[in-house]
Amino acid sequence: MRDLEGKVGLVTGSGRGLGRACCEVVAREGGKVVVADIDIQGGQETVRLVEAAGGKATFVRTDVSQSRDVQAMVRATIDAYGRLDFAVNNAMIPTPFVPLADLSEEDWDRTMAVNLKGVFLCMKYELRAMLEQGSGSIVNIGSGNEHAAAPGINAYAAAKRGLLGLTAVAALDYGEYNIRVNAVGPGTMVTPSMRKALDENPKHRAFLESLAPIKRFSDPREVAEAVVWLCSDKASFVVGHTLVADGGACAGKLLKPA
Amino acid sequence: MSALAGRVALVTGSGRGLGRACARTFAREGAKVVVADMDPETGAETARLIREAGGEAMSVRVDISKSTDVQTMVQTAIDTYGGLDCAINNAVCGLPRASLADISEADWDRALAVNFTGVFLCMKYEIRAMLTRGGGAIVNIGAGNEHTAMPGLSWYLSAKQGIYGLTKVSALDYGAKGIRVNAVAPGPMWTPALRETAATIPHHIDNHIAHVPMRRIAEPEEVAEAAVWLCSPAASYVLGHTMSVDGGYVLGAG
Repeated sequence: MRDLEGKVGLVTGSGRGLGRACCEVVAREGGKVVVADIDIQGGQETVRLVEAAGGKATFVRTDVSQSRDVQAMVRATIDAYGRLDFAVNNAMIPTPFVPLADLSEEDWDRTMAVNLKGVFLCMKYELRAMLEQGSGSIVNIGSGNEHAAAPGINAYAAAKRGLLGLTAVAALDYGEYNIRVNAVGPGTMVTPSMRKALDENPKHRAFLESLAPIKRFSDPREVAEAVVWLCSDKASFVVGHTLVADGGACAGKLLKPA
Repeated sequence: MSALAGRVALVTGSGRGLGRACARTFAREGAKVVVADMDPETGAETARLIREAGGEAMSVRVDISKSTDVQTMVQTAIDTYGGLDCAINNAVCGLPRASLADISEADWDRALAVNFTGVFLCMKYEIRAMLTRGGGAIVNIGAGNEHTAMPGLSWYLSAKQGIYGLTKVSALDYGAKGIRVNAVAPGPMWTPALRETAATIPHHIDNHIAHVPMRRIAEPEEVAEAAVWLCSPAASYVLGHTMSVDGGYVLGAG
């Protein structure tokens, strides 16, 4: 039996990249999925890919920073498929990496609105639906090395570490209600289209490959495997955990080549 | 249900409890299994259960504190099934809880010889076999996470936290050579070991449940799922990681 046979869920930010890969792996494992993204074209393409592979998906345009959109996304999942068994909170916006004193208040607010408050809003309405149902699994997408600092990543780090706090506390609060809340920390992911660009830039390719002990970057599907496993009943005793799928990048410090 | 078809797996301490659950889950996923335990009878029983369910397994007696035993165990996998792809290092030896100053030096040496050096020995010979094979996956079973402390368990948690160090360093050293090393940190499970401890400590089960946000003890199969998943191709980008499979045990403050 496939890991998500008979299960229904949603993935935010699934118009491309890791979110799209999660939808494809969900469908492979027998689950039905709502594709939520602010980008209509990307979201519809994900639906097309899932259906072309024999799966079932529905697109709902969603800006996770808007409470109304998030509520509609959850409602649309239940209206379309009758359940909400899992939710992958993956949507994020990129943020400029600048030393803190140079970070504008607008950039801070925009980052927090999507990357932190957006996750709070998604969790809030997903949890309500899952409480009514009596079961559910939420996976928040964090960053690979949540404990490491890197130059200029102020707002990004604050949001991602905040996301881990939401994950841990919700796991604690809802663990006894048959709802599991976890996170996945991805490492360097290169989509097939990005890979083509890298073929023309061997220096950058080599740099990306050097970042992890496994000495290669991942396909987002490899990270999606971890996400989908956590969504499934196979992970029935895992709550409040950040499953790091990063090729060992945060396991320790590699010696820099001479 | 055949993520590991054609692969060869070994599990130490698989005569009962979590180890047995891991061995059976490996077999369910299609692997041929070497069941290793210090008790030849329970080890043989695990192998019998696997064969009864249609899988392939054989058992070998091993005291992981003895290098020659460990080398024989790994060689048995190679001689019987052609190589070694996956290993779960689970065997432990237990002691009564004791504050540090009350631990005898003989008890300390024995506990570390099995719970820490034993894992080093297993990893050493497993890695050598996996390098010959071109790759593999190892999962070490811990307890709590890198920051956990519990009364009376210095002889245990120091070894387990040392194992997390072994795990991460070997992940760095062998990550580019096709070998993934990870750890699983289980929470409380319904194993013979738990029941034995519960018989000697009042309210032991209730105390555990009070610390688990899921408000229950796990079946060992739930932890075995995670350990076997980490050995499978689906975990291809996971290395140097300690996965807590504990119902949230490590989340709270105290």
